[in-house]
Amino acid sequence: MMIVAFLIGTILICCGLVFNRNKAVNYILVALYVPMLWGFSVYECFHLNQTEFSFFTVDSLGLLLLLVLCLVAAPALFHGYRYLEEHNTTETPHSRGLFFAAMCLLISACSIAYLSNHIAVTWIFVEITTLSASALIYHHRNIRALEGVWKYVFICAISITFIYVGILFLSLSIKDAGIEDMSFRSLYQNRLKLDPYWLKLSFLFIFTGFTAKFGLVPMYTAGIDAKDKAPAPAGALLSSILMNLGFVSVYRVYAIMAQTPMQGWARTLMIISGLLSIFVAAVYMTRIKNIKRMFAYSGIEHMGLVVLGLAIGGIGVYAAILHILLHTLVKPTLFFQYNQIYWVYQSKSVNDLGNYFKYNKTGAVLVLLAFFSATAMPPSGLFVSEFLLFQSMLETHHLFMLLVVVLLLTFIIWGFGSNIFKLLFTPKEDIDESLIPHISPWESSSQYVLLALSVYLAYNPPVEMVNLINNAVGLIQ
Amino acid sequence: MIDILLIILSISLLYMSIANRLISYLRILVLQGLILFGTTYLTLTEVNTLNLLLIMLETLVFKAIAVPWFMNYVIHKNKITREAEPYLPSFISLLIVTLIIVFAIILASFMNNEHLDKTFFVVAISTIFSGLYMIVSRKKIITHVIGYIVIENGVMVLSLAVGNEMPMLVNLGVMLDIFASVLILGIFFNKIGDVIKDPDVNLLSKLKDN
Repeated sequence: MMIVAFLIGTILICCGLVFNRNKAVNYILVALYVPMLWGFSVYECFHLNQTEFSFFTVDSLGLLLLLVLCLVAAPALFHGYRYLEEHNTTETPHSRGLFFAAMCLLISACSIAYLSNHIAVTWIFVEITTLSASALIYHHRNIRALEGVWKYVFICAISITFIYVGILFLSLSIKDAGIEDMSFRSLYQNRLKLDPYWLKLSFLFIFTGFTAKFGLVPMYTAGIDAKDKAPAPAGALLSSILMNLGFVSVYRVYAIMAQTPMQGWARTLMIISGLLSIFVAAVYMTRIKNIKRMFAYSGIEHMGLVVLGLAIGGIGVYAAILHILLHTLVKPTLFFQYNQIYWVYQSKSVNDLGNYFKYNKTGAVLVLLAFFSATAMPPSGLFVSEFLLFQSMLETHHLFMLLVVVLLLTFIIWGFGSNIFKLLFTPKEDIDESLIPHISPWESSSQYVLLALSVYLAYNPPVEMVNLINNAVGLIQ
Repeated sequence: MIDILLIILSISLLYMSIANRLISYLRILVLQGLILFGTTYLTLTEVNTLNLLLIMLETLVFKAIAVPWFMNYVIHKNKITREAEPYLPSFISLLIVTLIIVFAIILASFMNNEHLDKTFFVVAISTIFSGLYMIVSRKKIITHVIGYIVIENGVMVLSLAVGNEMPMLVNLGVMLDIFASVLILGIFFNKIGDVIKDPDVNLLSKLKDN
């Protein structure tokens, strides 16, 4: 019943945030939300593999994603608070309340969807994330934000329709098997009895639908505009925990296909999508000038790698899960840091940036470290998971794919690096230094912690984490 | 009788591909809503009465009356020009929609399932893909929304095909309809009218990658 209590608590806090106009009360409500979320996660830690309220099961993968969500959620809310304080001139009590309510709703919807064991329930919570994300994207109430939210809502509407069609096909495929229950577990147990024709069609539609959240070709486009227009703390959530929601849903549906004759079909589909995603990211990142969009495209690249890992199998599945966990810690740091960059330069175009070391030393060191982390150069944590991924490609004799991926990653590092180094080192002359605010080094502390954690978890993984990942891998192999 | 209704639905798609004025699109939406109303009544014979009433109410009130009326209101309020402004000539559109229907028939010929009527499958798939085609081939935002509603109608036909055994799925579909349409139309189209006067998709194409 804990899930129901958590859901009710979230709804109460969100209502309080929307209807209350008092600033202090709003912040107290947000501060209350964080211990509630943490308490919920700790409770779920002790109830592994138990089913609650018949639609929610705490399995290994769900628990792992829930725990990293907790790590990211608190700094995201804190940076949301900092963001609103800095934009004080344009904020109204109403917009502030709506912003935090949407953030809390997004976090709760994602965390509950991770634990859902029924595809229809997952689908409902995916709809809720669309709703809350659109409120966040439209935060600034101007025409560009409107364009971003319009595209996001429209593409997400099409994507959830696709998932729904996939669910209908899935229901046709279970008819012959004589089962009624559409929970993931029952589908998994009866996977050999399911009708292959409908299962293939169903996977095609469900996978295509979830690419909107997962951030893969073909429906990745909406997410890019969304992360660009949403306030950066919200962008951090959209590019981490929301992508994980797409991942976990695809993972559970793929688990049904794995170990059956249909696996080849699902693999081909995922490999095509993954390679195209990395290709798209490489093409855009070499010529992009807007650094916020560049961070968003970097997410597309990582999700491409993750889905390749899933498709290849072997140690690749382990690498994919590790990669997505570490990515959840690394990507938000870039978005959190983006706020400080914007306070210094009042622009997100790389042409207006430069000499960041001079204006914000702590922040600049962090940007450099986050760049190394996001491009998976050692000592970054992502290096470990990418290395395992390449190893799995070698072991399964996907040499050509390995070559293509490495080549594309080189382009990405080049594009990413040239923009980041321009931001950090290029001298900047036409800038009025008296307008640059002093930025306290403490603003970057949470980002340092997240980056350090990603390195620690990669090189010295706790036994519990390895066991949980291996448990989750067991679904596919 | 069900077959006749479904065939009329796919004929309406062909008409939609060559229609030129926005008002004819809205009329087709009304027609499709009424067809779905009839099909729901004839198909869902094993669902309990209250649930059936709910679904029929949704098709009639929501699909056939509220949505087209609201769009008509939006068109008048924002003084949107009456032309649909397709990117491609009507003849090619007609050809493409025909090809979509042929493709759906070919896809259906591969399937072998006694639980699903092939007519439902063909009509649903061709409606969904014609809706997608409408979205990519028309210029105005409002025609994109119409395309999306056509997709939803197709999905509704598909969910009716499995509706007798799994009424829960039909209810989910109804929820999808209401949720997505309200989000897209209700909250949102009003805002577009407020911020920009002529909802032309070209005004919403400034978010780019350089």
